[in-house]
Amino acid sequence: MYKYDNYDQQMVDARVEEFRDQARRRLEGKLTEDQFKPLRLMNGLYLQLHAYMLRVAIPYGTLNGEQMTALANIADKYDRGYGHFTTRQNLQYNWIKLEDAADILADLAKVEMHAIQTSGNCIRNISSDHFAGAAQDELVDPRPYAELLRQWSSFHPEFTYLPRKFKICVIASEKDRAAMRLHDIGIQIVQQDGEIGARFFVGGGMGRTPMIAPMIRDFVPLDQLITYAEACLRVYNRYGRRDNKYKARIKILVHELGKDEYTRQVEEEFAHMLDQGVEPPREELERLKPFFADPTFEDGAKTVDRSDPDFALWVDRNTHRHKNDAYVSAVISLKPVAGIPGDATGDQMRVMANLAQQYSFDELRIMHTQNVVLPHVKIADLHALWTQLDAADLGAPNMDTIEDMIACPGLDYCALANARSIPLAQRISEKFDASGKTEKLGELKLKISGCINACGHHHAGHIGILGVDKKGVENYQLSLGGSEAEDVSLAKITGPGFTEDGVIEAVETVTDVYLAQKQGEERFLDTYRRIGMAPFKEALYD
Amino acid sequence: MTENLGTSPDEVQFRFRDDETVDHGTVTVDACCDQTNATAVRIEPGDDARELLPFLDRLALVEVNFPSFADGRGYSAARILREAGYTGELRAVGDVLIDQLSHMRRCGFDAFAPDVRLDEKDAQRAFATWDNVYQATTDGRKTIQERRHGADQ
Repeated sequence: MYKYDNYDQQMVDARVEEFRDQARRRLEGKLTEDQFKPLRLMNGLYLQLHAYMLRVAIPYGTLNGEQMTALANIADKYDRGYGHFTTRQNLQYNWIKLEDAADILADLAKVEMHAIQTSGNCIRNISSDHFAGAAQDELVDPRPYAELLRQWSSFHPEFTYLPRKFKICVIASEKDRAAMRLHDIGIQIVQQDGEIGARFFVGGGMGRTPMIAPMIRDFVPLDQLITYAEACLRVYNRYGRRDNKYKARIKILVHELGKDEYTRQVEEEFAHMLDQGVEPPREELERLKPFFADPTFEDGAKTVDRSDPDFALWVDRNTHRHKNDAYVSAVISLKPVAGIPGDATGDQMRVMANLAQQYSFDELRIMHTQNVVLPHVKIADLHALWTQLDAADLGAPNMDTIEDMIACPGLDYCALANARSIPLAQRISEKFDASGKTEKLGELKLKISGCINACGHHHAGHIGILGVDKKGVENYQLSLGGSEAEDVSLAKITGPGFTEDGVIEAVETVTDVYLAQKQGEERFLDTYRRIGMAPFKEALYD
Repeated sequence: MTENLGTSPDEVQFRFRDDETVDHGTVTVDACCDQTNATAVRIEPGDDARELLPFLDRLALVEVNFPSFADGRGYSAARILREAGYTGELRAVGDVLIDQLSHMRRCGFDAFAPDVRLDEKDAQRAFATWDNVYQATTDGRKTIQERRHGADQ
């Protein structure tokens, strides 16, 4: 894992002092709320329906036990004893007092954490593959590149007042576990003629106008990576729309200019910038790599004792193949039946921190699907790990099933939401668990957003649900066929929306169509792609 | 409490240059390109700063207007001019506030004429926010990455 040096620590400490000063000037009336708002947002502080919400950055989703423990302590000390893991691999506290914010930031800084640029019209937390450094199929560990980008994007003097927020993702395998092409910039580390470089996809995103990012450059040499990103950003900062908040994301610019014209402008800016010395020294990347080196793996058992069926099911569902065959990555589900997706109590966070220290070389990862990963667990330790997880209500065997849904906070917390997401998620997981259908359905990604901003990734759900407000009543639109993975696609709306009860029935109906039509090993998504929307529509509306 | 002194856009509150302040009026980017004798120009957010590149030698002052502090196009305009070798005064005018000063300075602004006069102490603190920096710009500061790899000797 990356460790701060004095420079990194100084930068984070300086930011805490800057924020303390801003809060003071706000209280003294030297800053209006309009002037203060973007400043607090750039420190992760939102004003929500009931209280302030603080979003803490977990860069590329990697943290250690001490950091997880600090998050638990903040939850207990300043919030109501829990936190919410987000689709950007971050953590949110929902019940924060403004006057505590600077102290919380100071507590975070003590464990090399921060809330920098977790909101606002700036470059947000860099996301990455949650199995980075562990997955058997990766080319290299993407995190040194993500860390290089983290430093470059922190307090960037030119790109702090962009037209709109800006999200970057870095992966390094053909499999996409991080929704890379649904980012403003998606970077895939690739190899060409024996050389490592970066493939750039620009202009993806969800929200009200979902777009899949087109590739604009198939290979950027590593010693030009930051320069190329800077060129992409400068074209956007200059020409992204600022007249309409809903058309301000880079996806609209790329769409309106056309991919080729946007690319031409980036290449022109890039050619100019190559002489400007914006690229960090090449030695910096080499300095970063050893922080992410493999821990010392030991040989051990390659299989588990499957005599306990509950344990065997969890192993089948919640572990992922590791590059060392005596290890796996273990997924801790934050989706217990009828729970709130992504929520964890302070006590649960401490359990996860301890288990990471005990079984996973002191490392944890946050998944964009709002779960937690212990990346390097010895197969021989799995039963002991599972036993302790289960005792802490963290052992749900449901990764990538319909119960492992993404849901945004929705109208229960969010000031933007039109409809509730959480109760819907709870009722669906309860229903499918009770009927025993979850297992039969296999991989089925259900994603729920409480408004058009699509924080719950409904466009990328095999089944997506979007909550809207219809004349003061919550109404839910159903969509099918989305994917955030390497087979990326956007879901299509089935037709007229449903009531809360109605949409739960509708989810059941479409899963029945799948089970009836399924051929061989097809997933829901595969069947949908083969038979199309018509049979589902017929079952839903006729 | 700060007083709202309502200074005019041309009232320069902070200046990091030793030469004489240019105090005559500025022209628009379009006018500057047509008029061969203009020495001071004002860039609005939608203007393309690159149109000025053929005339940089004759310009002594470029004002970049920030009608709203939240519109960040002026930061790119400033860097483009400095990257092209412009050495004259680069003045941020308009809705220029305390919390934007340090970034503006890094992008090459060396004079500041805020619409509303800023608290001196707050401003000096803001200019000094960052002991070190992660990004290379034309302001000549060594980046953290350069310092890590021995370029600070």
